[in-house]
Amino acid sequence: MEKKEKAILFFKSDTEFGSYGSTLRYKSVERIKAIGKHTLLGASGEISDFQEILRYLDELILYDNMWDDGNSLGPKEIHNYLNRVMYNRRNKFNPLWNSLVIGGVKNGQKYLGMVGMIGTHFEDNHVATGFGNHLARPIFRDEWSEDMTFEEAVRLLEKCLRVLLYRDRSAINKFQIAKITDEGVTISQPYSLKTFWGFSAFKNPSKGAEGSW
Amino acid sequence: MFRNQYDTDVTTWSPAGRLFQVEYAMEAVKQGSAAIGLRSATHVVLATVNKAASELSSHQKKVFKMDDHIGVAIAGLTADGRVLSRFLRSECINHAFVYESPLPVSRLVVHLADKAQVCTQRSWKRPYGVGLLVAGLDETGAHLYYNCPSGNYFEYQAFAIGSRSQAAKTYLERRFEAFNNYPREELIKDALSAIKETLQGEKLTSAICTVAVVGVGEPFHVIDQKTIQEVIDSMEIREEAAADQGTMQEEDKSSEAAPMDI
Repeated sequence: MEKKEKAILFFKSDTEFGSYGSTLRYKSVERIKAIGKHTLLGASGEISDFQEILRYLDELILYDNMWDDGNSLGPKEIHNYLNRVMYNRRNKFNPLWNSLVIGGVKNGQKYLGMVGMIGTHFEDNHVATGFGNHLARPIFRDEWSEDMTFEEAVRLLEKCLRVLLYRDRSAINKFQIAKITDEGVTISQPYSLKTFWGFSAFKNPSKGAEGSW
Repeated sequence: MFRNQYDTDVTTWSPAGRLFQVEYAMEAVKQGSAAIGLRSATHVVLATVNKAASELSSHQKKVFKMDDHIGVAIAGLTADGRVLSRFLRSECINHAFVYESPLPVSRLVVHLADKAQVCTQRSWKRPYGVGLLVAGLDETGAHLYYNCPSGNYFEYQAFAIGSRSQAAKTYLERRFEAFNNYPREELIKDALSAIKETLQGEKLTSAICTVAVVGVGEPFHVIDQKTIQEVIDSMEIREEAAADQGTMQEEDKSSEAAPMDI
């Protein structure tokens, strides 16, 4: 999940998981990367497909830097480039199996967008992939505001992450949050959230669904 | 039989270290009717002289729009200019397709220069016989470049190419230092004045020139004839007024001088 923030802040958070379909295997794969100077990229889905995307982007940024002419690709350009890559692969009936979140700041201009597996793309003030679409975005819609401080935004993100952790059977309690401003990128070390599993609603979860096992 | 034994092939050096075919291509630029360009911090203006091949024909187009933010003016072989324009347009649109953002002018110019350079190093090719003034606006501001058939390119505050362009260059050299702070209207006036210099006495009218502009908040476009004619008229009125004052002062001086002679 990511959300757009006040003035020059922008950030995102993510659980970490190496996955192959729903075979979740590796517990220490980082899924937020900085792309060039102005952009952050987060991904869910197939980890090896994400690695391929990162290879494309490394080359793209390298060639961009080689011009050495003061121009550079910003988040908007990266977003559109990734959209073209994803849509091109879906046209070959061989999609890159990821949902991508692209955010960044360039020249004081904030940007946050998403690209889906088949090239669907949009910009918004807050975005989420996978389960986040169902569980986090409704919370964002209620509680996000344009003038949030960094601390408020982290609190909101953690609230959403906690809900996701409780509701997604395959989530693990390990997260990263990243921030990007005009000054640069900071990606946090992986950390855990405090949890409480003693809620009465957790005791007998099938109580309200009589007749099913 | 030959004027020069080293000029039959683009790739053959002369002992003096020159490539004659490339120089002949640059000569073709000088033969074409003039094109000039000048820029401020926010705007670039291109202007060309339109010469019809005969009384019965119309003139050829010399100013081309590449994209909303880039346009070119050409001097030399128009046919080569059109081919290069098509190349530049496709570069612009491909960049817009992949990145949804305008191609930086400096990068377009390098692509163009690389294309021209290849022609100076292949025995089965000939250099393009056209010079291009590339005007554009990007993140880093307004730019004016000159692309040469030799594969060289240069960035300018103001420049002129084509026949009798030296007169325009001289005019621009006298005035370029102020250009950076000019509003677009002043740039257009100086563009027309520079064009006038290349006409050598022939009357400047909107029918024999094309003026185009690109700048902040203003996509590249050719300014319509009517507007240009109005600018030319206003310039002439000013000149006449200045000339009248000049002659009047001279008369005054002569009347003042007369008593001194006695």
